[in-house]
Amino acid sequence: MSGTFVGMPVFPPPAHPAFPQAAHEAVNNPTLRGNLRHATHTIRAKRAKAVAEVSDWAELREAGKRIKDHTLLHLDRYLEQVEESVTAAGGIVHWAADADEANRIVAGLVKETGESEVVKVKSMATQEIGLNEALEAEGIRAYETDLAELIVQLGKDRPSHILVPAIHRNRGEIRDIFTREMSEWGRPAPEGLTDTPAELAEAARLHLREKFLRAKVGISGANFVVAETGTLVVVESEGNGRMCLTLPETLISVVGIEKIVPTWRDLEVFLQTLPRSSTAERMNPYTSTWTGTTDEDGPKTFHLVLLDNGRSDTLADEVGRQALRCIRCSACLNVCPVYERAGGHAYGSVYPGPIGAILSPQLRGTASEIDASLPYASSLCGACYEVCPVAIDIPEVLVHLRERVVQGGPVTREGNKVVLKPAKGHAAERAAMRAARWAFARPGALRTGQRLASRTRRFHPRTLPGPGGAWSDTRDLPPVPAEPFRDWWQRTQGQNGGNGDRGAAK
Amino acid sequence: MSSRERILGRVRRALAAAPQDDMPFEQAFSRDYLREHGERGVEQTVDLLAENLADYRAIVHRCTAADLAATIAGMLAARGSKTVVVPTGLDPGWLAEAETEQVPDRAESTPQELDRVDSVVTACAVAIAETGTIVLDGGPDQGRRRITLVPDHHICVVRVPDQVVSSVPQALERLDPARPLTWISGPSATSDIELDRVEGVHGPRTLEVVLVDGQASTEVTT
Repeated sequence: MSGTFVGMPVFPPPAHPAFPQAAHEAVNNPTLRGNLRHATHTIRAKRAKAVAEVSDWAELREAGKRIKDHTLLHLDRYLEQVEESVTAAGGIVHWAADADEANRIVAGLVKETGESEVVKVKSMATQEIGLNEALEAEGIRAYETDLAELIVQLGKDRPSHILVPAIHRNRGEIRDIFTREMSEWGRPAPEGLTDTPAELAEAARLHLREKFLRAKVGISGANFVVAETGTLVVVESEGNGRMCLTLPETLISVVGIEKIVPTWRDLEVFLQTLPRSSTAERMNPYTSTWTGTTDEDGPKTFHLVLLDNGRSDTLADEVGRQALRCIRCSACLNVCPVYERAGGHAYGSVYPGPIGAILSPQLRGTASEIDASLPYASSLCGACYEVCPVAIDIPEVLVHLRERVVQGGPVTREGNKVVLKPAKGHAAERAAMRAARWAFARPGALRTGQRLASRTRRFHPRTLPGPGGAWSDTRDLPPVPAEPFRDWWQRTQGQNGGNGDRGAAK
Repeated sequence: MSSRERILGRVRRALAAAPQDDMPFEQAFSRDYLREHGERGVEQTVDLLAENLADYRAIVHRCTAADLAATIAGMLAARGSKTVVVPTGLDPGWLAEAETEQVPDRAESTPQELDRVDSVVTACAVAIAETGTIVLDGGPDQGRRRITLVPDHHICVVRVPDQVVSSVPQALERLDPARPLTWISGPSATSDIELDRVEGVHGPRTLEVVLVDGQASTEVTT
């Protein structure tokens, strides 16, 4: 094997620039914008059609929200129930408080099998913890088998979408990556490969098949874990998931603690809302469910790694905890005007788009530049809330997190209550708010100030001086009227004996 | 402190201020959504299944129980299949007229051996009309999960109308979570290139579904 392996990025990435800087490059890249626009608009229209097919969408959405909320509010109980039911079905349950611990557990389990390579189902949780890099450091090679993940892995690239990590690549770019890189990893791309999607998919089929057939260890995430039965569910399209879940002898599933649903019956909600919200299908091509191990069918050994990694901290935030309802459908990315222009990389996390803007700063905290800037990566238009199949009020959480960044306050980090200091860089905003509070509390001072502003309006600059310039670069300053409103009111209404405040006071 | 205790402790502290209700889950919330969408008779439900299967590029055949063996034989011949995997509990009558060499589903078979087999014929556990889905539960007439995955051509027989339900909620009621389930809606597909659907990636690229009417045979091994 060559030494060119570069897998998914470690989470969080080292010193990622703040969102506006990171987005700068993307918005100036016409190819990327074209790719994103084409893809997001295609899926938007399809999703709307798939949702319109079910007349009870609003009720399904409400049920999904309530099932998840109920689970989160009793999460300790359901975690214990999952442990019990998975164990009873023949699985082995592990607990990982953070990314390092999860990686250590998985690397240890792979080593126990004596194998040095694993096949992987696309999994956000394992991307989040940087599992591929951790395994590589232990001499274990992880092969991504989802087509988009393969494109990202072969292209030494970073994922930019939850559902379609290579959404930023068009078919021509994918052809070039396959032609150039596949031979480094195994079976080379077929001679004369064109850029038709069907041929590209065929190339991936041939390239990955030898890996599936010889794989002894599979690694997955899960879309759902059913507490009452201990059943795991993986929803997919290509069949790579089925390959990884059934052909290897050992299966290791890394699952966030928020993925639990209480009962088997609850799947009837999510198996209707998830496919329609993500790939805009009535049903995705393949869904696999398994409960522990089955004699002579599939893996003989099954490990479940329950991952916290910031989730319990997020749970401690009354407003922010709703982000844990997320079922990773990515509908919010596809409708977001900011995502459509900035692309996924600017979010500096495996969770891009609106959901990433509220999830990353909660899972990782707001200490870094990128995480403190993410709550601002939104115009608060609300389209994300509208399409969310579990009704996460993303704008509400964004505003909540903005407040936390600007004002600081109590938060939970790694299980401990800490008090955040107000972030740097918002001093001018805070000073302006303090001045406004002072003036609004003193009517005399406000009146004097307003009159002064009106009389000097001819001398007002069109843009703000100093750091305020960044704000007025793209905005017009509101014009100051010739006469303050209160003076106008008093002149026109107050003296006519109408219902003006003076008149009423007489 | 173990990580288990640490995580459970963090979760409990996070929820300490949350309102605690001890009402059982099913009483705490009502399921206001529909059990199925629209009103259809049995015939119409089967038609909808056929329509939705075809919409996601499964090839749909309809026949009577008497014609089933001939239908399957014809499909295998048309495909040019030399070998076909057969679950141990499959009704032997289904393949009585096929000239294709039968390969039994065995625990010892390697994935590489399976990869050299052309086709697979199975029954199913339930089919969902609204979504065009067939569900396999690893029963004796369906075999191990991998036999419907590695060969490139899957023929799945659905007994209509007995095995057909309208909706996802109705399907879940019929299924046993303890069994390993595979829900199949059309041949494998991907939307990973420009979010456009392309059929045929790792699973069988050709899915043929036979809707067999009035299945009289009761000798299906269970």
